[in-house]
Amino acid sequence: MEYILILIAAVFVNNIVLSQFLGICPFLGVSNKVSTSIGMSGAVLFVMTIATLATYLLHQFVLIPSGLDYLRTITFILVIASLVQMVEIILKKVSPPLYQALGVFLPLITTNCAVLGVAILALGLENGSLLKAVFFAIANSIGFALALIVFASIREQLELADIPKGMKGVPINLLVAGLLSLAFLGFTGLA
Amino acid sequence: MVEKLNQNDNFLKGIIKDNPVFVMLLGMCPTLGVTSSAFNGLGMGIATLFVLLMSNIVVSLIKSQIPNKVRIPAFIIIIASFVTIVEMVLEAFIPFLYEQLGIFIPLIVVNCLILGRAEAFASKNNLISSFVDALGMGIGFTIALTLLGAVREILGSGSLFDLKFVSENANTFILFILPPGAFIALAYLSVLFNKVTKTNS
Repeated sequence: MEYILILIAAVFVNNIVLSQFLGICPFLGVSNKVSTSIGMSGAVLFVMTIATLATYLLHQFVLIPSGLDYLRTITFILVIASLVQMVEIILKKVSPPLYQALGVFLPLITTNCAVLGVAILALGLENGSLLKAVFFAIANSIGFALALIVFASIREQLELADIPKGMKGVPINLLVAGLLSLAFLGFTGLA
Repeated sequence: MVEKLNQNDNFLKGIIKDNPVFVMLLGMCPTLGVTSSAFNGLGMGIATLFVLLMSNIVVSLIKSQIPNKVRIPAFIIIIASFVTIVEMVLEAFIPFLYEQLGIFIPLIVVNCLILGRAEAFASKNNLISSFVDALGMGIGFTIALTLLGAVREILGSGSLFDLKFVSENANTFILFILPPGAFIALAYLSVLFNKVTKTNS
């Protein structure tokens, strides 16, 4: 039951993009086509899960016992950056088709604040455990995927619409994101 | 642009022509995430300004020592060190702001504005130019965040910097301090910004 609540909370109620504002750069940047947004979502799911697993273990077994909690930000970003590099190299060797699909998105993920954000937020979960932290990461990446894919499909339709000159480009995208976020606000109180 | 940069233009470009928020769309997460009031926007802007200034200074000082291949990780470590300093200082001296900004303080590390300026400017220019560049960009970012925070606070809570100017139980657009309001307010502000800067030039 607890895990279902985490899932619903992360996907709908506190959607990572639309209500917590993490990962806005890829949300606005790679959302012009549904196909690319699916690729990006896959890459985020992959990296976010592994990154949270690694940082959680690092925090529990290295930083806390040695009293170095204040080095959290530095160590986490280093772990995430090197992990992304490593995933890229391994994927290239082990699964070329998967690399083909996700490859271009991987370098972008290092500066995706959703990954670092979720890794830090996962430390603050109530009665936290490794399993819960990893589940939290998976749930949040599903939330990210949902927001990104819905937004991309709206943007594909928007190409055909007649938009006032001043609103073209960034402003209309922000406005659409705002309306989408308004829709997600309707889930408040669900979990 | 080759040898002598005009420092005046270098400073002003960050505020108007290449404004990080309205024109370049860098650092959008804190821009949208913390601007539910003008004070939070200002606080976040100043914290980012400090990190940007220090990282640009350090990067431009040691740029010849950093091997080209590992420059991005090196920049990230420099930035992360200053973010940790900001985090500790805020926690010790302004705990109220520390609570308000929450997770967005450690996330200054992944603010693309800072890494972007280190990579695109400080690693290629001298100390003075990098300092002025960071100052301009940081102030441009702070102005944008404070402006967005002010608009959202005025519409959403009927106050500015916590000074209320409507009666206690007046109806305000609560929407604007909720997440959707951030997107909507920024959309209209950037239309306005483009309109004003385009007619000026």
